[in-house]
Amino acid sequence: MNFAELWDYRELFLFLAWRDILVRYKQTYLGVAWAVLQPLLMVATITVVFGRMARLSSEGAPYAVMTFAALMPWLLFANTTNAGSASLVAAAGMISKVYFPRLIIPASAVLGGLLDFLVWTVVLGVLMWIYKVEFTARLLLLPVFLAAALLAALAAGLWLSALHVKYRDVKYVTPFLLQLGAFLSPVYYPAGLVPARWLGCYSLNPIAGAIAGFRWCVLGPQFEPRWPEFWGGLGITCFLLVSGAVFFRSTERTFADVI
Amino acid sequence: MSAIITARNVGKRYRLGGALRHDTLRDHITYGIQSAVAFMRQAAAGRAREKPGLFWALQEVSFEVEPGEVLGIIGRNGAGKSTLLKVLSRITDPTEGEINLQGRITSLLEVGTGFHPELTGRENIFLNGAILGMSRAEICRKFDEIAAFAEVETFLDTPVKHYSSGMYVRLAFAVAANLEPEIMIIDEVLAVGDTAFQKKCLGKMETAAKSGRTILFVSHNLPAVESLCHRCLLLEEGRLAAAGAAAEVIRKYQEKIQEKAGAPFRGAVFIKSLELRNPSGKPAQSFGAGEAITAAMEIDTGGQEIRTPYMGLGFDTASGQRVFTVGSYLSPDTLPPVRGRARVVCQIPAPPLAPGAYAVTAGLGRSNDDLLERVENAAAFRVIESDFFGNGRTPAPEQGSVLVRSRWAVDGV
Repeated sequence: MNFAELWDYRELFLFLAWRDILVRYKQTYLGVAWAVLQPLLMVATITVVFGRMARLSSEGAPYAVMTFAALMPWLLFANTTNAGSASLVAAAGMISKVYFPRLIIPASAVLGGLLDFLVWTVVLGVLMWIYKVEFTARLLLLPVFLAAALLAALAAGLWLSALHVKYRDVKYVTPFLLQLGAFLSPVYYPAGLVPARWLGCYSLNPIAGAIAGFRWCVLGPQFEPRWPEFWGGLGITCFLLVSGAVFFRSTERTFADVI
Repeated sequence: MSAIITARNVGKRYRLGGALRHDTLRDHITYGIQSAVAFMRQAAAGRAREKPGLFWALQEVSFEVEPGEVLGIIGRNGAGKSTLLKVLSRITDPTEGEINLQGRITSLLEVGTGFHPELTGRENIFLNGAILGMSRAEICRKFDEIAAFAEVETFLDTPVKHYSSGMYVRLAFAVAANLEPEIMIIDEVLAVGDTAFQKKCLGKMETAAKSGRTILFVSHNLPAVESLCHRCLLLEEGRLAAAGAAAEVIRKYQEKIQEKAGAPFRGAVFIKSLELRNPSGKPAQSFGAGEAITAAMEIDTGGQEIRTPYMGLGFDTASGQRVFTVGSYLSPDTLPPVRGRARVVCQIPAPPLAPGAYAVTAGLGRSNDDLLERVENAAAFRVIESDFFGNGRTPAPEQGSVLVRSRWAVDGV
């Protein structure tokens, strides 16, 4: 891994993230409001369907806040994985004409997703205020779980984007995997619903760990992550990240030929 | 002085043809099975395994470039020029050999890389500058110069999708022209913009060359190469055919083209022969300007039937630039289905070619995008001066390779 070179290209990395953000809501009527509307509409739907109609337990917490606290890391992961996966192919023109470390393309896609996240933290604050959820010092730990979600998104982005260059199947596989993932992580429901004998295995999912962390920070100790599995999940993320970077580096030399 | 670019035995191999690209997993699996079957068949027949459709775009290319040198790279289309540039600018890795670069290299393989239509001129200058390797501080410092060079100051805050194509190209080139890399690669960029802007670009290149920058210049514009470059490389079928003083290499190149054009037609699989005839029906190798050319071809499709044959003839100048293409599919006529041997005749009543040497490329296909065969240099001929315009004059060679009639008058006072 050539970190010195990556450092030399840090400005391009930032420029690309900046471009993604600038372009994202151009020519939309509602603009940045979409960043708020998407999760809010999801929260409303999930709260009605799973909270009211299916009457799932929210372990004493307001269902809407519990859902939003899960959607923040989940949507960050899903949106940036989606963008990261398609990023190299979308940048085909640049890749076949100019040299730069290809790694910064999926990485900047992940960075671009952070802006939405910042907007969501404001929404979270408003929701907590409306539902009278207590603001505690645990909220300061949110960045730890944010980092866990971001690393997972970067790992997925590296693997999927490099595979995408060669196998366009990835374009169809990614949304499908993410849909499955939303059910295999406690997005729509609290993790407490999962049968106890599967809970250990279930919690190894890095995103489940990040979601548990978010709920714990926002809502209180009844959502505390299972720490051994959380660290295990983080270990899985790190393994995927390192192997993804190695795979990416070994295929990047032929990107320009096959893209 | 030590070299700024050293290339040693550089080779680049590609898989040939679209059929061998594996865009989806399914293709990869089918291809895997096919080649396994082919391998077993060959093994059963006791033959050694042949490498499937591999193609060397570059082979054993070695050269050095001194700092401050302006090096021209010439050759026909497909000779490997673009591949060499891609390998040199690190866009793709060579299959073999090694390249040593001392300093930052920027390629202008195509200007406007990374331009986003939704972003404004100002935003695109920053983005494109960063993509081409400029730092933010550098772009800020040069911003006014770039905007002035592109002549788009008043439209800086308009999204470039509203730009005219001329403005777009000027802006894109302006960013690239204001780069200050140690090594600069320029590929055919002089083809952009109007004449005045082209002059400005050439001027910029000259100053860059004089200021001691190393420049690699690829172009079909041989006079420009000769006047700008100190040394020149000639590529032929992926190999270095000549290297040395620009004027000398260019002369060699022109000789080679003439030689090749004069070589007799060698029968290919489908297109067996091609003969050019003058208006009196006799085989000819020189025609007066505007004189009708008849191309008579013999084709043999063997056992297979071609239901809608598409035949085309491309006319190239001596330096390999296409002047025009005629085709059965580009005419009011439709060729009948062909099976076995057939004679096809194409008439061009008034070809607008200026005096000079030309080569003909012939092609046969089953449809517009199903080419069966393409024969380069199927025939060569010269156009000699004649009274095309009816006033005894002929335009100078640098005024273009086509002759176009026009009418002039004073309208009003």
